[in-house]
Amino acid sequence: MNGRAVKTIFDHEMARFWRTPWESLASPVVSTVLYFVVFGAAIGGRIPSVEGVSYGAFIVPGLIMLTVLQQSIANASFGIFFPKFAGTMYEILAAPMSFIEVVAGYVGAAALKSIIIAVVIHLTAMVFVDLPMAHPVWALGFLTLTAVSFSLFGFLMGLWAKDWQQLQFIPLMVVTPLVFLGGAFYSASMLPPFWQGVAHLNPVLYLISGFRWAYFGMADVPVGLSLAAVTVFLALGLTAVWAIFRTGWRLRA
Amino acid sequence: MPPIIEVRDLAKTYASGTVALTGVTLDIREGEILALLGPNGAGKTTFISILCGLVTPTGGHAAVGGHDIARDYRAARTLIGLVPQEIAVEPFETVMNTVRFSRGLHGRARDDAHLEQVLRSLTLWDKRDARLNELSGGMKRRVLIAKALSHGPRVLFLDEPTAGVDVTLRREMWAVVRDLRASGVTVILTTHYLEEAEEMADRIGIIDRGRLLLLEDKARLMHEFGRKRLTVELTDPLAALPDSLAGHGLTLSENGLRVSYDYDTRADRSGIARLLAGFAEEGIGVRDLETEQSSLEEVFLRLVEEGA
Repeated sequence: MNGRAVKTIFDHEMARFWRTPWESLASPVVSTVLYFVVFGAAIGGRIPSVEGVSYGAFIVPGLIMLTVLQQSIANASFGIFFPKFAGTMYEILAAPMSFIEVVAGYVGAAALKSIIIAVVIHLTAMVFVDLPMAHPVWALGFLTLTAVSFSLFGFLMGLWAKDWQQLQFIPLMVVTPLVFLGGAFYSASMLPPFWQGVAHLNPVLYLISGFRWAYFGMADVPVGLSLAAVTVFLALGLTAVWAIFRTGWRLRA
Repeated sequence: MPPIIEVRDLAKTYASGTVALTGVTLDIREGEILALLGPNGAGKTTFISILCGLVTPTGGHAAVGGHDIARDYRAARTLIGLVPQEIAVEPFETVMNTVRFSRGLHGRARDDAHLEQVLRSLTLWDKRDARLNELSGGMKRRVLIAKALSHGPRVLFLDEPTAGVDVTLRREMWAVVRDLRASGVTVILTTHYLEEAEEMADRIGIIDRGRLLLLEDKARLMHEFGRKRLTVELTDPLAALPDSLAGHGLTLSENGLRVSYDYDTRADRSGIARLLAGFAEEGIGVRDLETEQSSLEEVFLRLVEEGA
């Protein structure tokens, strides 16, 4: 195990995060404030509460999940795409480290960045609304598993992408719609029965529901299902990474 | 002393069907400078890329410092530093940080004193806090060498180290490589510049179409494969060569005052004595003689043509 190499990649990625604090931290905070203004104040004023929780507080877990999914994918995909783009990938490939160690460095850093941003959004939200937390350990658990799973997907996307357009494609066309339709800003129970059925086909619904349960003790789906969903995401990501490790796909000729 | 690198039947066929290497076998001695010469697409970069772990071979095997590059890749790669052909650097990183990063990837503890030494030897110390996108092409190439040396490798691969570099910088690079050899580092370089191989290498390997055509000490190569040209300066001009000298394949200069004779140093007899006797018999006066060794470039072109 080349722990020092893993730490080198990890530190290198985290350094980029801290080097551009505005892009890294201020942007998600500004977005959160905007969401609060639009959804919390303008729209939320007309929705007094959702299942006993004020609407402003209700959207916080969804908002955090939306950002965590986007940031995990963006950070991890950029992390591995940039050396490909700059041509410095040779250095990673020629280093005495296994592919799993390379993944640990990039995915670990991407996941931690997302978790830091999630905490910042949570703290920002506390300025606007009362934010109870029923199961803080579970909240951290869901957050970590989700951040790691989607950082793995981001890493795979960064490997797959051949240009900047491809890098943007899946976050824009797949992830954002899934999060918006996954109950980030509403409870699935607010939908008509048919659309409730459709919503339950969306895997992201399970993540948001589980995370919201950790906050308020209420959920669209049983928390066990949410846990199963995030485990499936993680397993899929790990399996794909393992397959790449075996074949060297998009890495070694 | 066992070779630092052993390569046996190394082969690579890319997924596209391109055959880049076919059964290359060679040993590289510790501490030598080996130059791999070959035209574009000969397989030089593929050869280096396999040894460094960038490309997976489709046949054969290789070991660095006794460590198999596939089974024991960690130990093998720890011994290797690679300077790639393309100048590829992270544009916004500083020189010091990028060199530290390379050292860390090799699992070595931070050692700024060592890095200072490396950067000073490459006259980069003053630029340690400069961003890479502020540096000239030549400076960036030095940074790539510094990165490759950051972990103290025993073997350094230089893939076309002086491509696109001006003459002054090229000579500086040669000096750097010589210093490295003096410090015990084995250097394997690929080059298009025959002058470079002739100037620096202890041994020269010639690769063409994925085959190693030859691997030889430079001096012996020059000696064994070198053709020589004898130029005979005459006292009086000749209108034409006499028939008795026709069998020697001579060339008469336009002014009739110089006769050129090409001969092979590998042949049992050079034919010079017979030629000069022929001159004497014809009563042709000789003012001076001059011999000229063919350059490595000519040797190289001839081998590649013969191998085709």
